[in-house]
Order: sequence, then C-alpha cells, then structure tokens
Amino acid sequence: MSNEIRYLPSGDCALTIEFGDRVDRSLSARAMALRRALERGSIEGVIETVPTFRSLMVHYDPLVISGARLRAQIEVLATDEAEAEAEGRAVTLPVVYGGSHGPDLEDVAKAGGVTAEAAAKLHSDITHYVYMMGFAPGHPYLGDLPKELTLPRRKTPRTRIPAGTVAIAVGQTVIYPFESPGGWRAIGRTPAVLFDIRRDPPSLLRAGDHVRFRPIEVDEYDHLLSRPAAERVEIAGDSA
Amino acid sequence: MSAALVVEAPGPFTTLQDLGRTGHQAAGIPVSGALDPESLRLANTLVGNTEGEAALEMRLAGPTLKIAADHVRVALCGASSPLEIIAPERGEIAPWRTVRLERGAVIRVPPLRESVTAYLAVEGGFDAPEILGSRSTCLRAGFGGFEGRILAEGDRLGLNLDTVAARPEIRAARPPTLTPPERIRVVLGPQDDYFSEAGLATLLTAEFVVTKDADRMGLRLSGPRLEHQRGYNIVSDGIATGAIQVPGDGQPIVLLADHQTTGGYPKIATVISADLAALGRLAPGATVRFSAVTVEEAEAARAARERDIAALLRSLEPILVDPKTLSSVALLAVNLVSGVVDAPRAG
Repeated sequence: MSNEIRYLPSGDCALTIEFGDRVDRSLSARAMALRRALERGSIEGVIETVPTFRSLMVHYDPLVISGARLRAQIEVLATDEAEAEAEGRAVTLPVVYGGSHGPDLEDVAKAGGVTAEAAAKLHSDITHYVYMMGFAPGHPYLGDLPKELTLPRRKTPRTRIPAGTVAIAVGQTVIYPFESPGGWRAIGRTPAVLFDIRRDPPSLLRAGDHVRFRPIEVDEYDHLLSRPAAERVEIAGDSA
Repeated sequence: MSAALVVEAPGPFTTLQDLGRTGHQAAGIPVSGALDPESLRLANTLVGNTEGEAALEMRLAGPTLKIAADHVRVALCGASSPLEIIAPERGEIAPWRTVRLERGAVIRVPPLRESVTAYLAVEGGFDAPEILGSRSTCLRAGFGGFEGRILAEGDRLGLNLDTVAARPEIRAARPPTLTPPERIRVVLGPQDDYFSEAGLATLLTAEFVVTKDADRMGLRLSGPRLEHQRGYNIVSDGIATGAIQVPGDGQPIVLLADHQTTGGYPKIATVISADLAALGRLAPGATVRFSAVTVEEAEAARAARERDIAALLRSLEPILVDPKTLSSVALLAVNLVSGVVDAPRAG
C-alpha cells in the first residue's frame, strides 16, 4: 500500500488530506482512521471533518490555527485503521427490487447478461460499505458492486426519483433521501427513512457503516410504510 | 397574538440565516448561513443582539412587512438601499442604522443597490427553533429558519420581544464599502493539477461574468473556457465554501453557503475567506477577476479583515438631528415621537 499522503489546501479554511485517487476500501479506512484520531486529538481550531472515498477534508478556523500548523499537528497523529473499521454498524434495509419501485432493474440486468432476479440477488447477497455521505443530507454512497452490476449513469437523468429509491452506477449504490432528479439507475426502493430532522441523529447512515439489503415484496413495503420509521430497519453495533 | 412580523409580500428570495450550521457536513448537511456574514454581524450588533443571531437575508429585493408587536427595533445592512416606511406615513430610513417601529407600521425593503444581499435584524431576534446548533434555513432538506423555506405571503415571523425600549437610535459611523475588490483572491487547488497551464493562466488573467444562475448554492460564471488536462471527473471529495469547480464545459462555478458537502468536479482554486462576503454581494452581470495568493497570505488577509470588522462594530454612534429640520419621519427616526407617546406604556 502506498503511504504517500497529499496535503491539499482548499483555501484558508479547509485542508484536504488525500490518500489516493481511487474508490478503495484501504484508502477509505485510512481516511476514517484519521477522522477518528482528529476527534480524539481535538486540535484547537478544527471545526469538523468530512470523510470521502479516498480523502478527509478538515474544516478549520484560520483565526485560531494556521494551515501550516494544522498540517504539522495532523502529521504526528497516530491512526488505527482496525479500530476505525470496528466502529461501523451493521444495518439491514428492506428493499423492493424492480417493477415500478425499480424501473431500471431490467436494463441493468440486460447489461450484465443476467436475469432481473439474478441482478437483485447479486445486489442483496453482498455486504455494502458506506464510503461517504454527500450530495444531499443523509445521502449515502455505498460500494462495491460486482462487475455484472457495474455500468455508467443513465445518458438522460430521470427528472423525478422518489425518496427511498435505491440506485446504482459506476460500481456504487446510492439511496435518495428526498425526491430529486438523478442520473443513477433505479433498481429498487426502501421504506427506510434516510433523513429526518426530528431524529437524533437525523441521518440514518454514516460513513463506515456496513449495509445489507433485504429483498421484500410490495405487500411488506406497504405494511412497513404504516409502521414507525425505527421499525423499518435493523441496526446492530450502534456505539454512537 | 404573539409578537410577529407579518409578511405582506415576501420578496424574491428571503430566508432566515445566521452564521451557519457546522459539525454536520459528514452527514451531507450543508453549512448554509449568511452569504455576507459581515453585514449580518453589523445588523445584529446595531440592534444589540449577539453578532450571530438569525436575521432575514434578502436577495435582490426585500419583503414588505407589517409590525405585529407593540414596538420593534430593526436595522437594515448590506446594501445602500433605504428601508421604506409605507404606513402609517411614508418615509425612508437610511441603511446601517436602527429604527424603532410601532404596531401597525408597514415597511418595505426596495430593490437592493450596490449588493444583491442584505439583512434585516430585529432587536431580540426571531423566534425560530435552533436545529443542530443553528437557525439557518437548509433549503435542500427543508428545515431550519422559517419552516425550512423561503418566505411566502401571509407568513407570521415570530419575534422574541413584544416591545423594545425607547432610546437614541444608532448607526455605523463609517458604513463598509460595497465596491467589489478589483480582484477576488484565490488559493490554487485542491485540483489545480487537473488543468493545463493555459487553463490556470486563463483563470488568473481573464474576466468572468456572473450569470443569471447565481443563487445561495453558487455563482455560475461565464468566460473563456478553463482547459482541463486530465478530464473533468474526480473521485468525489470534500468541498469548502468558495471552491471554484469546473465541469466539462470549462465554465467555473464558485460554491457558496448552500453548496453540497462533496462533489465530483475538479476544483481549480478556492476563494479566500476574506473575500467571500464580496462574492455574496455580486449581482448577475457583474464582472470578476481572480488573483492567486498563498495560504499564508490568505490567512493574513483574513486576520486584517477581521480587525476591520471589529473596528466597524465598535464604531457605532448615536444619531443626532438638527431640531430645525424635524419632520414627522425624522421624529420617528430618532424616536422622539414614539418615545414620548409610549413613555407611560413603557413604565
């Protein structure tokens, strides 16, 4: 594993610490480990950190700490990737694959040379890892998909993707917390509530979580919608 | 009914904003907050609030509001437009100062001059819930501020105070200059290596125009194409406010307070924090030029800027009027009329 770390200033209020430029679990583990070390080290002037696939952005107050001093303090932090990895929770999300809930499943299956049922099984048989949150509040990016499910975004984005839509592209899965336009391929829908500002914390998922999708039928989806949000998902290992 | 400002006309884009909601970007929650934090801080200081209290942020023009409280003290800061008083009598109150208004008065903030962003702060603040440590409006997820959205006709904006004491009104002795700097300063990167030498040179020499696509998320600029050399997709990483991302069309977008927390376009440079408020004031059609500075220079500029703001916030002075020129509006402005009339009630 390359240990070459790049410290990239993002203006005078943020510093990007980049571990590589690929979507890669080992790079993510390093970003998550640094995030944890920073939380523990509590460097004065650090406001918050944002983990991504391959980097950690550190937002700071330049009136409290300079970029150079921040970098020097980060360079000497001890990080523990195994410990950071152990922080991830196991989350199970019910999902209806295909039909009107996942209108792109047939196309995805065709592109991968499999049946729609097989495509859904490929997606629900693996454990997905939450690399990062972004795009919108509570919006997760999960990886990594098998090659049969790896294909680009739609040429023409859909103008309306309902909240709860599970969509894939470029080897990853996203779940839309809100209705929005989007170019990802909708393969299913979950009744789970990804973001609710009245909940603490509002976001259902966080970077580092491990997610399984449990295939359900439309009947169960409709039933779950009538249940409180907390009953629609299973979460294990919550240490927050 | 409890104290409120009633929205008779909402203005094109009025939201409640404070200094932003930090600490939740890892969950994808944008920081939000004032586009021109300097003017927000001044407006709050004038009415005696803490600098970071939530106030109405107005874009392009402001709302028409009816006072539904015994007395309200307000200050308008950020643009050179006056606060218009429509009822009970027509008049104008200069910006950068306080004024005390009575129940039933109707005020209007006309189209903004010299900036497209201005703030109306009220003494005691708006009665809005603090959510995740802030009262700023998060439009993307529809929470915070006033019901998580821009103002609409008929809204009743709750106030924390039903009345405020009569006292001499005050103003900023030297209102801040709103003229944009000749060049907006940037620190190159974090993805300047995605651009050709010509692309980087273009950023630092060409003139760009703010397009109509300018909102709280960002300013879409138009100008000569910024040439990429390694494609225009990166593996998504974090975004700082002021980041200049450049999609495939080579036209830069400067990201502002409501920007998303992560993104997949390369960012050629980042506007320094000392110049962010100036960006928040730019109107469509305005021209922008950039110059590059080091992080150390950016830090020095920010510290200097902060000293200037601190001096400005200390420079408040009482407003004195020549009694020979007193009109009813001037009387209202210095509170002689309402002060006298209301003295018994206040006691």
